[in-house]
Amino acid sequence: MTTLDVPTRQGTATPDRPPPSPAAPSSAAPRPPARPRRTRSLTGEDVLALVGSIAASFSLVVIGYGHILDFSGILGFLVCWYVTFIALYVVVLAISLPRAIVVERVVTAMLYMAAAIVLFALGTTIVYTIGQGWRALDHLNFFTKDMSAVAPSAPLSQGGIYHAIVGTVVEVGIAVAVSVPLGLGTAVFMTEVGGRGSQLVRTVVEAMTALPEILAGLFVYAVLIVEFGMAKSGIAVAIAMAVTMTPIVARAGEVALRVVPGGLRDACGALGASHWKTVWKVVLPTAGPGLVTAVILAIARGIGETAVVLICANASNFLTYEPIGKPMNSLPLFIYTMYITHEPNAIVRAFGAASVLLFMVLALFVVARLLVRERKVR
Amino acid sequence: MAMTEESTTTARGAAFPRTAPGALEAVGISAWFSGTLVLTDVSLSVAPASVTALIGPSGCGKSTFLRILNRMHESIPGAQMAGEVYLDGKEIYASGYRITHARKQIGMVFQKPNPFPAMSIAENVTAGFALTSTKLSRSAREEVVETSLRQAHLWDEVKERLTRPGGALSGGQQQRLCIARALAVKPRVLLMDEPCSALDPTSTRRVEETIAELSPQLTIVIVTHNMQQAARVSHNTAFFLAEQGTPGGIVEQGPTRQIFNDPSDPRTADYVGGRFG
Amino acid sequence: MTITAHPEVVPRQLTTTHAASDRIFHGAARTVGLFVLCMTGAIGVFLGYQSIPTLRHYGLHFFTQTQWQPELDHIGIAAVLVGTVEVALVALVVGFPFAFMVALFVSDYAPKRAKSWLVSAIDLMAAVPSIIYGLWGFYLLMPRATEVARWLSEYLSFIPIFKVNTDAHAAVWQQSRYTSSVFIAGLTVSMMTIPLACAVMRGVFDQAPAGEREAAMALGGTRWGGARMVVFPFAKGGIIGGTMLALGRALGETAAVLIIVSPDFTIKDRILEAGAQTTSALIAGNFGDATRSQLSALLTAGFVLFLITIIVNSAAAVVIRRSRSGALTEI
Repeated sequence: MTTLDVPTRQGTATPDRPPPSPAAPSSAAPRPPARPRRTRSLTGEDVLALVGSIAASFSLVVIGYGHILDFSGILGFLVCWYVTFIALYVVVLAISLPRAIVVERVVTAMLYMAAAIVLFALGTTIVYTIGQGWRALDHLNFFTKDMSAVAPSAPLSQGGIYHAIVGTVVEVGIAVAVSVPLGLGTAVFMTEVGGRGSQLVRTVVEAMTALPEILAGLFVYAVLIVEFGMAKSGIAVAIAMAVTMTPIVARAGEVALRVVPGGLRDACGALGASHWKTVWKVVLPTAGPGLVTAVILAIARGIGETAVVLICANASNFLTYEPIGKPMNSLPLFIYTMYITHEPNAIVRAFGAASVLLFMVLALFVVARLLVRERKVR
Repeated sequence: MAMTEESTTTARGAAFPRTAPGALEAVGISAWFSGTLVLTDVSLSVAPASVTALIGPSGCGKSTFLRILNRMHESIPGAQMAGEVYLDGKEIYASGYRITHARKQIGMVFQKPNPFPAMSIAENVTAGFALTSTKLSRSAREEVVETSLRQAHLWDEVKERLTRPGGALSGGQQQRLCIARALAVKPRVLLMDEPCSALDPTSTRRVEETIAELSPQLTIVIVTHNMQQAARVSHNTAFFLAEQGTPGGIVEQGPTRQIFNDPSDPRTADYVGGRFG
Repeated sequence: MTITAHPEVVPRQLTTTHAASDRIFHGAARTVGLFVLCMTGAIGVFLGYQSIPTLRHYGLHFFTQTQWQPELDHIGIAAVLVGTVEVALVALVVGFPFAFMVALFVSDYAPKRAKSWLVSAIDLMAAVPSIIYGLWGFYLLMPRATEVARWLSEYLSFIPIFKVNTDAHAAVWQQSRYTSSVFIAGLTVSMMTIPLACAVMRGVFDQAPAGEREAAMALGGTRWGGARMVVFPFAKGGIIGGTMLALGRALGETAAVLIIVSPDFTIKDRILEAGAQTTSALIAGNFGDATRSQLSALLTAGFVLFLITIIVNSAAAVVIRRSRSGALTEI
């Protein structure tokens, strides 16, 4: 059996290194501390292939677009550029690389572009909404006044969406106050108490998350408004919202509770704690951020529920804080009623209200993210 | 070395095809995980067709070092390395050297057997070809499957059920399947990361027999916790140690007989004597 | 010494006496669960119950009649159901490739530091209210998408669904013939299906067993090779389940469709042409003027929609649960 042969390195001029001595490495002359090296490096050739394909396909399409094939419009241009780029890139890579690597590179390029497209679509949604609504957002009265005695086509210095904001906050507030205890209570029932009923409840809850919101609205309309003569008001909307939100909170809450390790519950039991104490003092706090995230997501969903307000509410121009008996406007409803008029100023107002709606959802999201990060730090 | 029961030639009478075993040299290897230095200035020369054992207590960087040898270390988020690794004189971390090419020549068997459960036994063996889009004719495929399974001492046990799923085997059989899968692509070097730690003694014995038979045509580096195993299978041994709070490194390396019977460093003597670890 | 069984030994019957607070706790939880069960069940029952007066009044023609003319009391949901399915299918066909590719990108290909931002961006996309997408679709997308529709109708008209009843080659083409179509509504709804399917798929891709992934890498496979060999077989359940969940959402989408389509009560087999209708848009548009029996009819239409979405969602749940990725999926 050979001992430590030292193979010579091809192509280098360094002398053979002596066989390593059995002594500890620290007895050698001290080396400067090592620094990490970059292992994922693109060669010049890789970069050239990519950039070259992009540039070449761009030029090709610019020249040929509109002439060779009867295209028009910017979307078509982008699609043509994409297809040409992929074709060129495949050809360039296949010249020198094995098939598996060509596939890998092309797939990587396509995935990056898919992500870019989707993010771009999201970006244009946000930017366009805020951009179109900016002229309305620029006026302070937009946030402080309602639309009483102001026509939709009136100039933007008049009127505002304060009543709609209030309406959304009141309606969602009531819906949350109803659906969160019910949803969390159901979640606790499903995970902690269990029993024969829990599987039935779970199945029904799962089925109800499939309920389109318009049907919740229609249900409230048909039963409460038509049958029982309740007025189209904030409370009607809130009830319909609660119907949609409760199953969501229940299911997300169940997931958050299920993730709590069983070992914690065992430890509490071994200490002699009652079930209630275990849940209240250990399980719920441990699942806390997950539960709050579930509630926040349900709120974000409720804020944007348009179908419900279309059916259960009257688009009033007047500010009211009373959910019962009086017609109450809300942001999605306001947006829709403005849109329907097709008046230029009304459309700007609609986008302005949409921007406010976006900000609300964004704010909720930031809060949810902060909570998650706080949990990770803990 | 005891003779094994399985024949060393395939049904078609071909002997195990010979590939030139590779020479591996690591120079000045250091490793970081998320900014923390875990290995410092490790150098090791591995001669072709030899079996080198890396021993030492847990947590001193043996597996990390092994993963640097086939460029698996960098796939962990936050992992960094320094130093060079030469396979037959070519530096595998050089910018022009394709990472998949390095891994094809330096195979690896993991501690926990990981056959692909969605594939049959035969498909598992040829998975390396499917992954690199290498086409095999039907007869070549059958040849590869039989050769590799014979090399891994698994052929007789599974030859009747090559189309059954790869997950439906015992732990020892799964690990030998993973060995066959790694051998099928004919690597120059085989790295084994504690391959027997999850196996029963009979499977362990089979795997060690495989190592002994493969040794003339394959360079093997094996990380093991089991000192007796290192003494049984390896020609050379390197002893890793990470003293409290410091990054790991090689304390002593040399022929196995010397490390175990006449070590130079007192820490090596303590470890192989069972006084710690 | 052998161990012999003693036949006369039987297990003890144990009784658990809970603390008083626990009895209250269990009772309260049970009550809440029961209440939610009844409330949600009542809705389903109520909606189903409406089908009785509807069928009594309109008969089975309700399901075959395409027109919706309340003044003449000729109403039926045939066109509407077809339109609902068409819009949802367009949203799926456009959305699935993107959802899949973005999920794979975020899971395997994106730089690690960007990953949590990307996940948040996808979740944000799912949370944006649908009316905002409706406005975006109407004002920003539609003028540009009609050009694409025109090209499709011009060059791919041998495929029947792409035909449009106008001259696509004319020098001045009629843009209005391409607006407010199933195609554009489907594109807008895809903005809502993409993040939903993507989130489920990404969650499942992330949980593919690391050991198998490492084995694929160690054999010299590329990232794509490893994805094909390890991640996709593992994630089949999540992929299908996520897609079906997105389908369920697309079927029930209201606001965006309402803004984009111009109601047309024929069974449309040409998706690029102007005019379409879906169940939810129908309900939203017609509930105000509905008579008693027409209201029942709307409720029945809603109930049919509800049944379809329940079936789709339940099938998704079953597929997910049965698969390898099932136990780990949190949907």
